[in-house]
Amino acid sequence: MLTAVINAPAIQLSGVRKEFGSVVAVDGIDLTVQRGEVVAFLGPNGAGKTSTIDMVLGLSRPTAGTVEVLGLEPRAAIARGLVSAVMQTGGLLKDLTVRETVAYTASLFPGAAPVDEVLDRAGIAGIGDRKVGKCSGGEQQRLRFAMALLPDPALLLLDEPTTGMDVEGRRSFWAAIRQDAGRGRTVLFATHYLEEADQYADRIVLVSHGRVVADGSGSEIKALSSGRTVRATVGDAAAVGRQLQAMAGVDRVEVRGDTVIAHAKESDAVARHLLTSTDARDLEITAKGIEEAFLSLTGDHDPSRTGDATDAADRQEALQ
Amino acid sequence: MSTTAYDPTTRRVPPLGGFNLTLLRIELLRMLRNRRTVMFTLVLPAALALSFGNQKGADQTIGSGNLAAYLLVSMALYGAALTAAATGSMVAMERALGWSRQLRLTPLHPIAYILTKALVALSMGALAIASVNVVGLLMGKASMPAHIWVASALLALVCTMTFAALGVFVGYIVPGENAMQILGPGLALLSFLGGLFVPLSQFADVVRHIAWWTPMYGVAEIVRAPLTHELPWYAVVNAIAWLALFVAGAAWRMSKDTARV
Repeated sequence: MLTAVINAPAIQLSGVRKEFGSVVAVDGIDLTVQRGEVVAFLGPNGAGKTSTIDMVLGLSRPTAGTVEVLGLEPRAAIARGLVSAVMQTGGLLKDLTVRETVAYTASLFPGAAPVDEVLDRAGIAGIGDRKVGKCSGGEQQRLRFAMALLPDPALLLLDEPTTGMDVEGRRSFWAAIRQDAGRGRTVLFATHYLEEADQYADRIVLVSHGRVVADGSGSEIKALSSGRTVRATVGDAAAVGRQLQAMAGVDRVEVRGDTVIAHAKESDAVARHLLTSTDARDLEITAKGIEEAFLSLTGDHDPSRTGDATDAADRQEALQ
Repeated sequence: MSTTAYDPTTRRVPPLGGFNLTLLRIELLRMLRNRRTVMFTLVLPAALALSFGNQKGADQTIGSGNLAAYLLVSMALYGAALTAAATGSMVAMERALGWSRQLRLTPLHPIAYILTKALVALSMGALAIASVNVVGLLMGKASMPAHIWVASALLALVCTMTFAALGVFVGYIVPGENAMQILGPGLALLSFLGGLFVPLSQFADVVRHIAWWTPMYGVAEIVRAPLTHELPWYAVVNAIAWLALFVAGAAWRMSKDTARV
């Protein structure tokens, strides 16, 4: 039992479903996150991200399936200070000072670091006596982080963590997060910044309509969305275009002046043909951006689902 | 990758569901710093006690004391009720702000949270009762045996729980920081009907018959019982019924709200 807890994955979701009345927010998610992983939870609004995070935090119970956090029930993990979360807005009392807010939270965790040390590390020691309501958005976000890090959590959940940060702030934020992950802290973050997911996560879990539609590294996700784009300048673009169109593994060909552009799963074959059998020059092969991968994977390709259900799920999430 | 830094088996759960004195101290400080709360709960009842206590016939005998004592006990209840309602309405406000959700991500048990709030309501109620009684003592108009001062003060404190529940209930129905703007005048009206400002015997029959059904009537009779030696059975029924109703209403609104904490 003890070893089971010590070696348990950070998050283990098995067949998790969450229904709100007739609306299915999470439609059977199986997901295992190992310790020390930095995972991006990516998906459009209403995809079931927030509902899933709520279940991992023990704020709601799944309609079916099981949720385990570090081998424990979510509430038991929270009670031991093993899990923290930083939400984008709210969660602060305006009439408390920054120091009082930290002291309040620290008093709930046995063995939390001294309040002054926490303020110092979060870079908010200078505004300790300021009322939270008088703090800027950035200062409030730093306070939320200081509170989340108080128990030295093994698992940190972040909801759109860098919204409103400038480029430099975002970079130093992720440097700090990656450093903690190196010590074994697991981080799961929900984001709309697709570039950010690609850049900073070890692994991207793409959810759509309450299901995991893709799970892998950034480059794996991009590869999943099928194919690369091959572009070259040729003498007789129209003729070369027709040749390429006839090849297996080519999805679509565009001809623009003396430039031919082929979208293909078999991009290597296209490039080989262009370089060996034609006078092609300035050849370029580019992978689709993660933005395109995201759109093609989460798009409404599943005909078994109606738009109404999606809208209802969106509304549900908006209401919450 | 080292996971030894995060060994779940070494982590402790805080005792008493997270209840502690730092929490209580900060919560009390918050209430005392809030000017509006202090106005409504400490200054207003004391000022009312001052003005009512000086009216004509204040030394007219009632039970084992005089009219001034009767009004003093009533004002103490009024102040304590306002305080408790203000504290109760803050529970709903904190939920609206997402603070309750934040607390759900800590080891603090919901019962420990409610217990802290109840202790704050009781402490503030005690302060309100004390301030009215000090004003009464200084004025020297009120006269009743010492044990009756103490008994009615303690009864007033117990009865504040009814209004703490009302505060939670109203706080949920009227979101944001406006709950007190309804609870303030609302409680003043209920206190009038409950005979806190003017004895019910001065009312017209119709008003008195309506008053018997209002939430302040029952608790007011109970709090004044040591002084008046009168406690009609329907006053006790009234007090219990309204307490049950407000607690049920608060619990109902709270449970409606837990779809997402």
